[in-house]
Amino acid sequence: MTFFLQMLVTGIVVGSVYALVALGFVLIYKSSNAINFAQGEFLLVGTYICLTLVASYNIPFIAAIFITLIFSALLGFIVEKIVLRPFIGKPIISMIMATIGLSSILAGFVHIIWGHETRVFPQIFSENPIQLGEIVIAPVYAWALVIVVIMLVIFSLFFKYSKLGIAMRATADDQQAALSMGISVKTIFAVAWAIAAIVSAVGGVLLGNINGVNSSLSTIGLKVLPVAILGGLDSIPGAIIGGILIGIIESLTGGYLDPLVGGGLKDVMPFIILVLILMFKPYGLFGKKEIERV
Amino acid sequence: MRNPFVMECGEFHVNYKQNMAIWKIPRVRMRIYLVIAFFILFPFIASDYIIGLATLCGIASIGAIGLNILTGFTGQISIGVGAFLAVGGYTSAILTAKLGLSFWLSMPLAGIITAIVGALFGIPSLRLKGLYLAIATLAAQVIILFVISRWDSLTGGTAGLVLSRPQIGSFVFMSETSYYYLMFAILFVTVVFSLNLFRSRVGRAFIAVRDRDIAAEVMGIDIFKYKVLAFFISSFFVGVAGALLGHYTMIVSPELYSISVSVEYLAMILVGGLGSVFGSIYGAVFITLLPVVLRSVVEILNGMFPGISDVLVGMREVVFGLMIILFLVYEPEGLNKIWRNIKDYFKLWPFSY
Repeated sequence: MTFFLQMLVTGIVVGSVYALVALGFVLIYKSSNAINFAQGEFLLVGTYICLTLVASYNIPFIAAIFITLIFSALLGFIVEKIVLRPFIGKPIISMIMATIGLSSILAGFVHIIWGHETRVFPQIFSENPIQLGEIVIAPVYAWALVIVVIMLVIFSLFFKYSKLGIAMRATADDQQAALSMGISVKTIFAVAWAIAAIVSAVGGVLLGNINGVNSSLSTIGLKVLPVAILGGLDSIPGAIIGGILIGIIESLTGGYLDPLVGGGLKDVMPFIILVLILMFKPYGLFGKKEIERV
Repeated sequence: MRNPFVMECGEFHVNYKQNMAIWKIPRVRMRIYLVIAFFILFPFIASDYIIGLATLCGIASIGAIGLNILTGFTGQISIGVGAFLAVGGYTSAILTAKLGLSFWLSMPLAGIITAIVGALFGIPSLRLKGLYLAIATLAAQVIILFVISRWDSLTGGTAGLVLSRPQIGSFVFMSETSYYYLMFAILFVTVVFSLNLFRSRVGRAFIAVRDRDIAAEVMGIDIFKYKVLAFFISSFFVGVAGALLGHYTMIVSPELYSISVSVEYLAMILVGGLGSVFGSIYGAVFITLLPVVLRSVVEILNGMFPGISDVLVGMREVVFGLMIILFLVYEPEGLNKIWRNIKDYFKLWPFSY
């Protein structure tokens, strides 16, 4: 039982990070109908910047995070402007290949600038584990969960009350109507990309604190696909619930099934679930069903 | 003097046979024969290294044509080519190494088994299209590679399998030149098959499904059947390419078929031109040679900027991504369109119209 709870808690924490990254992914899909295959590289870039600020320039962690967020937002803006703007309304394959190309470029720059070896964040959170009944939680995990929850609350308030957030929802709902109400759809796209870059950077920094930083972090960008599909590609609550579900399933698979097959199933399980969902419920748990007319 | 570049001043067909011909003008047919002759004589003038590169380009072309049948002609995006190449390579490896079949039997069998696996993963296309299908094929890639790397008893796990070069009687295709001819023969068959495919009922149906699937269905095309058929035919060629590649490099292992391979193949058909048989070849050559050219450029620059070769891997990724985006922005129809533009220009040269 303790083992199960331990796995569950790990799953929820990792899942909440997935949820955060998937949030950015869904946001981009909702606003501009683009699948962002470069989400993982956004995460990578953000993490490395934060790491460099903390480790090489000895900037306090909180300040470093803020600088990282500002930089990520800028990255999102620039990417949207240069790489994605030309492909709005183009066939799906152009959009997919454009973001794949983008991810290749970003990954290349990360390799050139930061190299290949794994690096670790300096100790930021205390090492003394938190005792919760029988289960033990590392403070990093607890903090990660807290930060993700704070981020999610901030974003739900943002979408509910701020003018920009409401404009974003309006654009996602009906672009034409939003345009005629005087909303600048271009700005909305740019903001969506900036937010996606920000949440990925936060997710990356958290994961980097847990597992260390190397270029394999960007595989999260692929893992976000099952999360987003499970929740429904255009549903923000779906992304959050999907993220936590996938995190739990992954962690339990790692704990119970991996010893049976000799490891590795943990990383494949989300994709098996993905295929099952696509077969039986293509629009996910909360996604809007597309109706096609000729 | 006659303009040597003039190719045609119009097409005047007097019977259906002429109208259906792939190369309609005798002069164009002549040029094709010359191109074929050049590639047959090519090994006599090139070094082993160049012939090896050409073989790799040719094998990639077979795979790219396969993918183009699916993605370019039928409009079903697949991010799982890497895994299908792996299925082809592994099938041939297992059949030859473990069951002792000859290459000449194992290669078509590899194609057929890959085709069946491909068709299996094409079944979701009944309900999914576009983006969702692309994601499903990505999942196929991850799952197939997982199965391959875990099924130790059959596939040798992460260590992979060792293959031998094919042979006829006592002649082994060991030299670069002999393998080049083997590849060339198969590439030739592939090109002829796919050029003719799109003059047939099936090929036309594929194009109709791509252009507007609902309209195609209204016209009586069984979309599901043709989508699965497209997956089948496409995966067949990808499987054959996988088998050829496996016997050429003489090793198959899971990390040779990662997602980046799938992305490379997608880039090939995109750079070459979606929905074009010859475009697939141009794209395959372009993407295969890109890292080679880049490496030699870096080696030259290394004298001026020491240390630049350390960042070669990163630079390769940057250039690769940049190429994809530049082609998407400036020439979405790819190298094939560029080549056609050049030909069209010389058709009228020196007049502007």
